[in-house]
Amino acid sequence: MAEMSESTERSAQGHVATQVRDPADRSTRLFDLRYLIGTLFTLYGVVLAVVGLFDSGHEIAKAAGIRINLWVGIGMLVLGVLFLAWARWRPLRHDDGEPDA
Amino acid sequence: MNDVLAVTRLDVNALDYGILAVYFAVVVAIGVLAKRAIATSEDFFLSGRSLPAWVTGLAFISANLGALEILGMAANGAQYGVTTIHFYWIGAVPAMVFLGLVMMPFYYGSRVHSVPEYLRRRFNAPTHLFNALTFAVAAVLTAGINLYALALVIRSLLGWPIPLSVAVGAGFVLVYITLGGLSGAIYTEVLQFFVIVAGLVPVVIVGLHAVGGWNGLQHAVAAQVPHGDRLFSSWTGAGTGSWTNPLGDWIGIVMGLGFVLSFGYWTTNFAEVQRALSAKDLSAARRTPLIGAFPKIFIPALTIIPGLIAIAVVPNLGKNTVGAPTYNDAIPQLIGKFLPNGVLGVALTGLLAAFMAGMAANVSSFNTVFTYDIWRPYVVRDRSDHYYLNVGRIITVVGILIGIGTAFIASGYGNIMNYVQLLFSFFNAPLFATFIIAMFWKRATPWAGLAGLVAGTLGAGVMHLAGYHIGYFYPGGHVGPHETINAQMVNFYSAITAFVVDAVVTVIVTLFTTPKPVEQLRGLVWGVPDPDAPDPALAPKPRWWESPAILGGGALGLTLVLSLVFL
Repeated sequence: MAEMSESTERSAQGHVATQVRDPADRSTRLFDLRYLIGTLFTLYGVVLAVVGLFDSGHEIAKAAGIRINLWVGIGMLVLGVLFLAWARWRPLRHDDGEPDA
Repeated sequence: MNDVLAVTRLDVNALDYGILAVYFAVVVAIGVLAKRAIATSEDFFLSGRSLPAWVTGLAFISANLGALEILGMAANGAQYGVTTIHFYWIGAVPAMVFLGLVMMPFYYGSRVHSVPEYLRRRFNAPTHLFNALTFAVAAVLTAGINLYALALVIRSLLGWPIPLSVAVGAGFVLVYITLGGLSGAIYTEVLQFFVIVAGLVPVVIVGLHAVGGWNGLQHAVAAQVPHGDRLFSSWTGAGTGSWTNPLGDWIGIVMGLGFVLSFGYWTTNFAEVQRALSAKDLSAARRTPLIGAFPKIFIPALTIIPGLIAIAVVPNLGKNTVGAPTYNDAIPQLIGKFLPNGVLGVALTGLLAAFMAGMAANVSSFNTVFTYDIWRPYVVRDRSDHYYLNVGRIITVVGILIGIGTAFIASGYGNIMNYVQLLFSFFNAPLFATFIIAMFWKRATPWAGLAGLVAGTLGAGVMHLAGYHIGYFYPGGHVGPHETINAQMVNFYSAITAFVVDAVVTVIVTLFTTPKPVEQLRGLVWGVPDPDAPDPALAPKPRWWESPAILGGGALGLTLVLSLVFL
């Protein structure tokens, strides 16, 4: 019984999956994560960098003399922009030719 | 419980809560957006096998980067020092490379849905059911333990009552997995990876700056603990005979941790392998653990170094006196001490995200194994795919409810949960022996598979109990009322026992039972190719940086160089 259903399933979804369902259909229906990471880190980065610019001596002293909000904010902003740029540069494509590195 | 309360409350303001709230909103959005891509049960349980390698690779590492792991490894760093890197460089990277280079073609190429399903095709139904049941129970209880640990940390850092933390944590995991399935879990894991790194990097930067860099850290630690210099060497005292290394002798480290435990976890734990099975093709599946290996090499910088910094700057850390912070508090203590509002919110978000990811990885593998490996083959067969998709959603809710129950049991009996986890390590330890024989010896018979697993589990249990009566496992070299056993070392030796017993029993039973016909083993065993498999010559040739051999060799080479540097 189990062997039966398994063999039909294998032929339906197994090695010929690309013919049964277009993989481009799936990859485009599932949204591009890079835009989400890029947007969130850009937002966090801008907020932290602005906060870091206005950090008082107390905050800077707490972090052993480093403007840590500013530096981490810049780092997150750079990462966010890189993700957005990557997503724009190499969008999810419809053909089978390796759309996303 | 008093030791937990000893942690200073974090000085959290509206900015930090805002950063946390944005993250939680994004996580819910991931669940809602991922739901649109779910039409079949395979979409729900395996992301429709459509994900690119960088996503599955980061999820592979992130599923293991739960907050228990982060806090625990920082605690080990504080207590044992640099020798803790054995859990990464010996205890993870080689196994991940082996999974990608050697084992993944059998998993992904045979199109199995899960690790237990491989055992069903390779051996028989009883072996399958034994593995599926133990995995399902272990996964749901581990999810509950993660949830409880989350609640404890939130209570000590923010002052929230435990039921509130449990409800919030479980509620968000419920939303994004029930809606988004494995895609929801994986996308959240990738996001969490970057947030936890962003939260821990400032701790390391500020902490190292405060103690005067790496050299200053060595001096500061040496001033705090006797033999502080030993905390900066990975292999000192690991000779057999009279070991002084905190992890015991090199046989236990290399064979027990590096070979049996590590390969058993990374290559057969479905919560990990599932991430690779969701990749879009065999090449991406093989690259999943290899891409994950590179961040794994550097994560100790974010866990062990904070542990050492905590030794230097947190008074009375791990001193075992009333009101003193425990080793587990190392990272929360540093966050509270060094991070101003803003990055404080990011670090807090990273920790909470890691807790939810640790729970979600277990829940998303539990619902798959329950539906595909328990419900569909043994309980309600031959229903529509839509039926099993609904079963998956319902069992996700049930699994999370059981996890919540586990969390409350754990809050009453903390020690019992330690024993439960220990018990499951017995089931895990022999798995690698069974899989390696299954994949490379086509003669191994169905009943030998079951007998080997059961015998290996028993072997680990017996060795564990016996270990407490063996003087070699005690730092003083003898059993005594005032001696404390080296529990890690006993674990390593129990794992070695499990492996040997499993392998020996599998071979012996094979010699007396009938093997499966070779036609049924196509694609499952080395040297028995699947005639239906696509011709490798037709597959698009990967670019050189996508070559599994180059990625795997690069990861091993980098690990070797770093191991020599930190010898």
